[in-house]
Amino acid sequence: MDTAVSHTSSTPAGLPGQFADWFAVRGWQPRSHQLDMLATVSAGHSALLIAPTGGGKTLAGFLPSLIELAQGAAGKGLHTLYVSPLKALAVDITRNLEAPIREMGLDIRIEARTGDTPAHKRQRQKTNPPDILITTPEQVSLLITQDGAEHYFANLRVVILDELHSMAPTKRGCLLALALARLHSFAPGLRRIGLSATVASPDTLRAWLMPQDEAGVEHMAAFVRAPGGAEPDIAIMRCDDDVRMPWSGHSSAYALPDIYEAVKSAGMALVFTNTRSQAERIFHELWTLNEDALPIALHHGSLDVSQRRKVEAAMAAGSLRAVVCTSTLDLGIDWGDVDLVINVGAPKGSSRILQRIGRANHRYEEPSRALLVPSNRFEVLECEAARVAAYEGAQDGEGPAELKRDVLAQHIMGSAVAAPFAPDELYAEVTSAWPYRNLVREDFDQAVDFVSTGGYALKTYERFARLKRMPDGRMRLTHPRLAQSYRMNAGTIVEAEMLKVKLAGKRRSSAGKPLNKWGGKVLGEVEEWFVEQLRIGDTFLFAGQILRLEAVEELNALVSRSEATEPMIPSYQGGKFPLSTYLAGRVRAMLAEPASWQYLPEQVRDWLKVQQWKSVLPQPHQMLVETFPKANKHYLVCYPFDGRLAHQTLGMLLTRRLERAGMQPLGFVCNDYALSVWCVRDLSLAIETGRLSLAQLFDQDMLGDDLDAWLAESMLMKRTFRTCAIIAGLIERRWPGQEKSGRQMTVSADLIYDVLRTHQPDHWLLKAAWDDAASGLIDAKRLAQMLARIKGNIIHRALEQVSPLAVPVMLEIGREPVYGEAHDALLAEAADDLVDEAMRLV
Amino acid sequence: MTLCLPKPPTTLLTKPCGSSDAMAVRLADIEFIPCLSGALYVPDYDTLLIADLHLEKGSSRAHLGQLLPPYDSRAGLLALQAAIARWAPARVMLLGDSFHDAQGPDRLAQDDRVLLEKLAAQVDFIWLSGNHDPCLPADLPGSRSVEIALGDITLRHEPEAGAVNEIAGHLHPAAAIRRRGRRVRTKCFVISPARIILPAFGAYTGGLDVRHEAFRPLLAGEAFRVIMVGNTALHALPGRAVL
Repeated sequence: MDTAVSHTSSTPAGLPGQFADWFAVRGWQPRSHQLDMLATVSAGHSALLIAPTGGGKTLAGFLPSLIELAQGAAGKGLHTLYVSPLKALAVDITRNLEAPIREMGLDIRIEARTGDTPAHKRQRQKTNPPDILITTPEQVSLLITQDGAEHYFANLRVVILDELHSMAPTKRGCLLALALARLHSFAPGLRRIGLSATVASPDTLRAWLMPQDEAGVEHMAAFVRAPGGAEPDIAIMRCDDDVRMPWSGHSSAYALPDIYEAVKSAGMALVFTNTRSQAERIFHELWTLNEDALPIALHHGSLDVSQRRKVEAAMAAGSLRAVVCTSTLDLGIDWGDVDLVINVGAPKGSSRILQRIGRANHRYEEPSRALLVPSNRFEVLECEAARVAAYEGAQDGEGPAELKRDVLAQHIMGSAVAAPFAPDELYAEVTSAWPYRNLVREDFDQAVDFVSTGGYALKTYERFARLKRMPDGRMRLTHPRLAQSYRMNAGTIVEAEMLKVKLAGKRRSSAGKPLNKWGGKVLGEVEEWFVEQLRIGDTFLFAGQILRLEAVEELNALVSRSEATEPMIPSYQGGKFPLSTYLAGRVRAMLAEPASWQYLPEQVRDWLKVQQWKSVLPQPHQMLVETFPKANKHYLVCYPFDGRLAHQTLGMLLTRRLERAGMQPLGFVCNDYALSVWCVRDLSLAIETGRLSLAQLFDQDMLGDDLDAWLAESMLMKRTFRTCAIIAGLIERRWPGQEKSGRQMTVSADLIYDVLRTHQPDHWLLKAAWDDAASGLIDAKRLAQMLARIKGNIIHRALEQVSPLAVPVMLEIGREPVYGEAHDALLAEAADDLVDEAMRLV
Repeated sequence: MTLCLPKPPTTLLTKPCGSSDAMAVRLADIEFIPCLSGALYVPDYDTLLIADLHLEKGSSRAHLGQLLPPYDSRAGLLALQAAIARWAPARVMLLGDSFHDAQGPDRLAQDDRVLLEKLAAQVDFIWLSGNHDPCLPADLPGSRSVEIALGDITLRHEPEAGAVNEIAGHLHPAAAIRRRGRRVRTKCFVISPARIILPAFGAYTGGLDVRHEAFRPLLAGEAFRVIMVGNTALHALPGRAVL
């Protein structure tokens, strides 16, 4: 089955009377893809539906179930399981489905189950299951480990996975795929329905949905594609010629008056930003401009839930004119009549921007209106590339995650919690899940060993084993407490350690009286590391206000409202997406093709022309390297356009090599486009005289020992390891009866990492973390692709001074963290500074 | 139970410098040398001080299903061996919490016990009790005490507010500096006019920031210094630099 042709159908074939009437009464026609889904699923097939937002996707997913239930399947146990990535979406869907069920007078019971569902209701759902259960992936993983799960799910006919494009690329997706394999064991006739936005490779998602076998032939779900909506209307904000387009940075301050005007011109605008700090900043600045007192609100993941719910309700009620938000509003719910999407900062990826644009105007036939606001010159190029890509509907989102070992370990533990398992059977079931179809038996056995005794070469924990082999070969849990602990820790979402931001008493006490510590209102949560970099008395923007840090007590950051007009700590990071490979390719092509510059602002065109004159603009397959002296140092700037993460890794490796080549590197900075390294020695001279070979410097062999050696010490690796250790159950976040003191009970993941790496470097979990980091925080995969791409294609220019193209990354120096300096160098510097201070004679 | 060591006549002087692995500090006119390992060497008494080794912390929750890499005791004992090799002291004093819990000595792997016994055969071990290990088993090589007097100085596990000339552990001090957008946090020695607090020596022992309220009564109003334990050197900083 392929793309449906007609938009509506005049004869709603296959639609029973009461459903046809229901559509007719509303003056609606079932859409062709809704009928296609009905035909496919009713015939006993699974299907992937790709439809834009507003395309009646949810109804298309539920229609087959509603009809089966209306025709006599109701009241016979759980029939349909609906899984959504968002708790809020689950609640919203329940509400939306109740309307047609009521209006058609159907006897169908539908209930939601999320982490917030009270215990007594869960219990009732267990003993007296609804026809349709609306839930989240984490709850599914818990449900399949319950006593009697095989009976509970025996009559399950349909499972609907919503927003599949957003779940499949993550570890949550892996856990869900394993749960799906288990559901298939309980109910072999189960049909799977995937609902997804447009993706780069629909066939991969079609296969993801289906049980796979060893034969090597991929089984795929049927494919239904809704016709696309109207072409979007995308503009790029252009500033007046008298306003200087920033060279670097992410503040977008230059554009705020124009953003405000755009908000004024719209009914309701969503103002998307890439980071929380940017959202706070834009929100703050918009309010200083807000002479018309427009109702403008703020929404991001760190705000207190009640605050977020208030904003969502106000959106739905149509009482807001704009919401400044982060990716928290990327997905899902139609909160109201948004008619303009403003994206501040770089789009970073074509699929991401398409998704965001789709939030404007959920009426299918009307074009979505969007405004892209670049915050610096490179972002102008990126916005232009994204605009063209969006018109072409080009997709570049990530494919599904595969073979996540930590998730596998969690699932194995969950399996034992449910009932004793036979390893052979579990292995067969696990490898039927698409992400684990290539899992080899040895790897699986190591996972079981890890779950049982930790998988250590030193067999210390045999007597504390969590799983024991029974005489019949099955593995069983050794203690019921382990099941309790599993249930408290299941899931794959690992947050950074968070502190609650709490308002301390109204006035700060001056005469040593204690603060009113505990009475204050909770404003939200911030990462612990952010608070750690603050000093008492520092001010920062949070929840739309300037706050002053008063104290840190246990898990609370106590703050007071500050009267300052400018926060001292300008920003904090959080949720930076790297530039997608696809958009990067487009930007490289655009640079090389002056004919494509016609839509760029004059300032940006001039910038590129001067670059052509002073240095060179590389061809798309080339990488430009410039070397030049500046202030007694010698700089090397290269332009791979491969995203900050890959550049950071490249920077670490290049500095090691330059060190060995005797160039005495001092540090480096990078952004999404370029990398700048500075050295004591004259790089231009070394290259000219042949003492330094760029081909060797950028050779692929840097991914060998150098990478291993750097990774061993890398904070990024430690962060990745922590996530793996938590998901795999090595470190437990919550202990029965000890939620609050959890952190004091645990050993820091960094220390565990150091010890494990020294004493058992080939441990299974270290391998898991390494694989994760290679595609995640260190992006070694992308770096490898880049090094292969530029082999033999490096062009070098030795310059007298900094080139126009280099200016943006050079400006990052002093603003961004400088890498490449050892831990101890910074400590020594701090100590020496204070020595200088002490020795000063005036 | 208090053990007293008379002060021997010799004194040893080391050259102080900003960032170094051998900088001397003084308390009650006795010189001490903080070491990169986290140990504190006392030349006048030819004694090495170690705090909070927390042996078998890794295995302490194994019976509850938390199976941390069981290599922390080995790592701690190897570090202790290296520190002993570096200073060749006459004795080692362990300032309490040497074992993470009362059953720790029983869980110690055979190899690790052999190593511990080998070290105890080279130098005298004196174990102070801590809150984690109030009663150490009798078969542990070496002698035991609750407090030790070193000249005018008292060594004990847990520092006592109001005490002077005290050397203790217990708190696992750590400190952080912020520089160029980065934050570097390490274990540290805390040096005040009244006392020295040692960093925790064990491989799985975390640190408690010196800004934590637990330090407040001990440092009340006094200027103090920290000596941060880097990877390759020690770094002395005034307390205000890390507050």
